[in-house]
Amino acid sequence: MNILLLLIIIPFLTIIGILSTKGNRQARVVSAIGMTFQLITAAVIILWFLAERRAGNTAEILFASNYVWFETLNIRFAIGADGVSVAMIGLTAMVIFAGIFASWEVDDLPREFFTSLILLSSGVFGFFISLDLFTMFMFYELAVIPMYLLIGIWGTGPREYSAMKLTLMLMGGSALILVGLLGLYFNSNLRGGPYTFEILEIAKQHLPLNIQLYFFPFLFVGFGVLGALYPFHTWSPDGHASAPTAVSMLHAGVLMKLGGYGCYRVAVFLLPDAAHKLAWIFLILTTISVIYGALGAVWQKDLKYINAYSSVSHCGLVLFAILMFNETAMNGAIMQMISHGIMTALFFALIGMIYGRTHTRYVDEMAGLMKVMPFLAVAYVIGGLASLGLPGFSGFVAEMTIFIGAFQNADTFHRVATIIAASSIVVTAVYILRVVGMMLYGKINDPHYEQITDAKWYERLSAGSLIFGITAIGIAPLWLSSMISEGLGPVLQKLLLAIH
Amino acid sequence: MLIMRHELLLVLITVILLLVELFLPAGRKRLVILPAILLFGAVTALGFIPGPAGSLFGGMYCTTPLILMMKNILSVGVFIVLLQSVDWLRKEENREKISEYFLLLFSTLIGMMYMISSGDFLMFYLGLELATIPLAALAAFERFKEKSAEAGVKLIFISALSSGVLLYGLSMIYGTVGTLYFSDVLGRIDGSALQILAFIFFFAGMAFKISIVPFHLWTADVYEGAPVNITSYLSVISKGAAVMIFTILLYTVFARITVLWKDVIYITSILTMTLGNLFAMRQQNLKRFLAFSSIAQAGFILLGIIGQSQMGMTTVVYFVLIYIFSNLGAFGVVSVIANRTGKETIDEYDGLYRTNPKLSLTMMLALFSLAGIPPVAGFFGKFFLFTAAAKQGLYILVLIAVLNTIISLYYYLLVVKAMFLNRSDRPIEYFKSDGYSRLGLILCIAGIVVIGIVSPFYEWINQYAFGIY
Repeated sequence: MNILLLLIIIPFLTIIGILSTKGNRQARVVSAIGMTFQLITAAVIILWFLAERRAGNTAEILFASNYVWFETLNIRFAIGADGVSVAMIGLTAMVIFAGIFASWEVDDLPREFFTSLILLSSGVFGFFISLDLFTMFMFYELAVIPMYLLIGIWGTGPREYSAMKLTLMLMGGSALILVGLLGLYFNSNLRGGPYTFEILEIAKQHLPLNIQLYFFPFLFVGFGVLGALYPFHTWSPDGHASAPTAVSMLHAGVLMKLGGYGCYRVAVFLLPDAAHKLAWIFLILTTISVIYGALGAVWQKDLKYINAYSSVSHCGLVLFAILMFNETAMNGAIMQMISHGIMTALFFALIGMIYGRTHTRYVDEMAGLMKVMPFLAVAYVIGGLASLGLPGFSGFVAEMTIFIGAFQNADTFHRVATIIAASSIVVTAVYILRVVGMMLYGKINDPHYEQITDAKWYERLSAGSLIFGITAIGIAPLWLSSMISEGLGPVLQKLLLAIH
Repeated sequence: MLIMRHELLLVLITVILLLVELFLPAGRKRLVILPAILLFGAVTALGFIPGPAGSLFGGMYCTTPLILMMKNILSVGVFIVLLQSVDWLRKEENREKISEYFLLLFSTLIGMMYMISSGDFLMFYLGLELATIPLAALAAFERFKEKSAEAGVKLIFISALSSGVLLYGLSMIYGTVGTLYFSDVLGRIDGSALQILAFIFFFAGMAFKISIVPFHLWTADVYEGAPVNITSYLSVISKGAAVMIFTILLYTVFARITVLWKDVIYITSILTMTLGNLFAMRQQNLKRFLAFSSIAQAGFILLGIIGQSQMGMTTVVYFVLIYIFSNLGAFGVVSVIANRTGKETIDEYDGLYRTNPKLSLTMMLALFSLAGIPPVAGFFGKFFLFTAAAKQGLYILVLIAVLNTIISLYYYLLVVKAMFLNRSDRPIEYFKSDGYSRLGLILCIAGIVVIGIVSPFYEWINQYAFGIY
């Protein structure tokens, strides 16, 4: 059996397990066990992948399987992984693992909570291993819908409004994607043969430019909505701010990456000529995303809003780098997805834990927390430093790679865009350091805070695993970046053909 | 004989029921429920046994494997409707009319079956009338309720009007081609002005039945007034049968003027789904809500019809099959709750999940299937409808349709929100629904979950759809 199938089967079994439990305790223990297995499976996949590569297996896709699903329409359940998807699988497994432990204290309908959360994660896993556009699309929608219930039932603040807004905007994105997919499908047999949704088959075709130009905006904007492309990012701050901790983690950490991954794997890979022709429009939009997100974060007082806007900025950087069309920048884009995924998950986890203790998320109502909860405070500082790109953490590696790659495009337009985008790092430093200074240092301003206890074991486990991820990538990035750049090969080849 | 087995068996059990009704003493009428359902279940099961297809009465009546399958699909739907109506039939006020309910329902089904397998316009019209007139009686079943009586009257008026319009169109067709047999008509349609006029009248007549905008105005009132089970029957079985014969006629008899009807369907499809959706958003009463949602669904079905090909036929039948299970699931929950508590507005469903989790989950699955959310069947149904339309290169239409699914998702989520998100001081209290309804709902859930993911269902339909086109 294909090991990738385990990534779908384990969540499924876990859900059955959860539904057959009674009581809060059992539900979360079962989910924790299930997601630990998931993490182990992901680790095995990564190691196996690296071992295969080292043994000289140069196949474009490893662990490939292809099952016929709807025969007449030639829809297949095709799965497989290259360096990029393996990296994303690792990220997802890590975030969902941490997410389970971060939501240890959910006591309102816990079985339903963990079921929805794990269902969401199975959608994400399915998306990353799909090589068939139909299943990819199915898993995409599967990942979006549980979000409505998760935010709506367990959220805070204007949860109903945010949940509805988020769901409808993301489904709106998927509406555009659907049109794009059907366009690809009905142009997939230019050289004869049946229509197909298979990515690798479509990639062998060279679609006429007018068709590419017609469908590229649908696909790029469609996935871009999920990747918080300006001006379609507005669901993100509201959604993240209202969502419960684990959902924010998973959403900002992984789900937004579906957008970047989709743009990369579907829009740019399958429609390279159009991508090349239209890149300038989206480059402007992503540059706006990057700067706007960063500036937006400066003005916010609510911790979750700060992080949500910072996510817009960082995810904008991902799309920005993808549109640079060279190996270095694209490698940076994938690295940034991983790095930001872990980092932002860490932030949201910590924010949830801090909120659970102080019952406020407003920066100016908190001070001196370093004294009462040193573990959480230090973890927050680490996350912050990674976010502003301090060497030694993953953020530095990713952003450095992106800007070096972006600067390789020697024309004025690209360089100006790069300089503008790079200036966001400074803004990031402003809002991160301001929060750290106000919230963690200084004198305790509320006597209630004296009674606060530091992180419990499950919180330490949750945050610790994510910090491990950030530093591991920061200190030893090469294994990851070489794994990714092998996966980038086919995409770059097609792009080079398009450019020249 | 075997060619007509569906209809003959139905006639047989109708007669048996009539006889039983004669000899049952008043007050013991409810004894008829179980035998009636069992008999119908047997008929449904027998229908699935493969048998010969062909034509009878000199071509007035004909079946193909595809038509047999459509009949089976309708039978399954009716079986679920019957299961869901038991609880309601047992009510005090319906005690004395239980057998009438079955008789009327079966006669409409016989009508629909004749309509689907008609081979000429006369037979088609007879079937249509047989399917419609008992429906009006059914809609007015709770005649002591003003709204129900009103629904019956409205339905009979609108049916008479639409039949008139339809007949006018048919007479014009007869005038131009000199025959009523489909096989003869289709060769002689040449797109002359009179034939185009005839087609418009024919289309309008059918549009009333399927409730396509702008011929949908009766839908909401009738659906709201009629008893819930009749509403679900109207919105699912009656509409499904009309869609099936409509598609067959468009693809065969009117194949020569495809260019014309494609434009008509294109425009009405956009209108139907958009208006249906916009009105559905504002509804509080769940029956009205589902009425408008079913108008919107009809708009999506038109999208499949426009994908005029084998794929179009397959997707339409496939979607109707899924739609039957999804809509019956939703109506089943509404019906159970309305029978037990009399509550049928969305507000009254607040906090339902905390008291009746199973019913809420069923409702959510059904609504998600209607909205087209994976992994439930509705997703596959909608996706394939869009695929059929996109095959004709109508990407703009597909885009409008997909955006409409987003609007529909909004109002379906409103119900989900009421059940799952909202809290209420006085929620609907926990109750145990009766065995029949539960069986009906379980069948619906099974259909919703299985039909999409398990691809042989699609292949099965596709294999026969080849025959008609």
